Amino acid sequence: MKQLDARGLSCPEPVIMIRQAMQSGDAAYEMTVDNHAAKENVTRYAEHQGYTVTVRQEGGDYTLTMQK
Amino acid sequence: METQVKLTKLAACAGCGAKVGAGTLAALLDGFKTRTDPRLVVGYDKSDDACVYVVNDDTALISTTDFFPPIVDDPFLYGQIAAANALSDVYAMGGEPKLALNLLCTTEAMTKEVVQEILRGGYDKAYEAGAIIAGGHTIQGAEPLYGLAVTGFVHPEKVLTNSAARPGDALILTKPLGVGVLTTAAKAGLVEDAVMARVYRQMATLNKAARDVLVDFAVHSCTDVTGFGLLGHSYEMAQGSGCTIHLRADSIPYHPESLELADMGFLPAGAYRNREYAKVRAAAGISRAMQDLCYDPQTSGGLLFALPEGQAGACLARLEGAAIVGYVTEPDDSPLILE
Repeated sequence: MKQLDARGLSCPEPVIMIRQAMQSGDAAYEMTVDNHAAKENVTRYAEHQGYTVTVRQEGGDYTLTMQK
Repeated sequence: METQVKLTKLAACAGCGAKVGAGTLAALLDGFKTRTDPRLVVGYDKSDDACVYVVNDDTALISTTDFFPPIVDDPFLYGQIAAANALSDVYAMGGEPKLALNLLCTTEAMTKEVVQEILRGGYDKAYEAGAIIAGGHTIQGAEPLYGLAVTGFVHPEKVLTNSAARPGDALILTKPLGVGVLTTAAKAGLVEDAVMARVYRQMATLNKAARDVLVDFAVHSCTDVTGFGLLGHSYEMAQGSGCTIHLRADSIPYHPESLELADMGFLPAGAYRNREYAKVRAAAGISRAMQDLCYDPQTSGGLLFALPEGQAGACLARLEGAAIVGYVTEPDDSPLILE
């Protein structure tokens, strides 16, 4: 599974990062973000692309697992 | 005009998306000692667009300020938009702006020409509004900022607050939503230049024409839709008026390109702050993207006003690009309903 770290990035940068990554067409990606807006926006993008998203929160970080 | 440094790259967040959340502001100011004056008919406690101080039987003074980081790279356009946005608070109170002061923060990366173009944009809009920029204050800092402090006048009996909507009113919105989403998606290069040109033109459009129409009708309440989004500003109006506001999702105007971009997650962080602040009861079947657009922070957005339903059609006929977006009822279990 492809791992991406978008901590420290503000919107729309995390969405731009996942959009570029998803051009490889993998079945699963994992991305860590550190703010609520990034978590919500990356979730929306992944769902728009047909992925199912699960979110794991650890402290202030959110790790999103996106699977097709 | 071409600039060596992209203005928006110098800013962390764009336009009214930079606005601090309403809840955060209230908590910051809680408990401060303030003087009271019966002539201050609209003060901070009303969460309104500007404060209003009655000078005499014929004249009330409106005072307001607004500034934000660059939302567009063209400095002239940025100046126009920031000024139109600041002047709008006077129009939202039913008044006319007369005096303005520049508020400007420049950075070392900005050339003299860029700074001058920003100011020229501000002067251009102040001139169009019939207001005089009589001074200002400029500092150097980490991020560009521009806006105006504006003084305007209104007849004391014609002050339009955001807390006086009445059951039986219709609600009219004068500019389409989606500005925050489109400026965010534009940073990712996903919006065509022609679309952004339309959006920038809208943001630079004064709310003067709308104000000049609505003063001819028995408007009860008015605000402008800016950083808190349509739902945030509607929530303030509903709470302040002690009524319930019903917004009809299928009547709300928005830039057509913005809906799918909202669904793709190109939302400014402010949209989520607004979602936390304005609790809305949304009917089943209204898409998340449509709800997101209703929370989208607008920079230099339109006026949102309440007037008797029987006058809404005639008023609408005189407004370009406006729509009847909802209605007001006696308080329900929720102050704000998206249906």
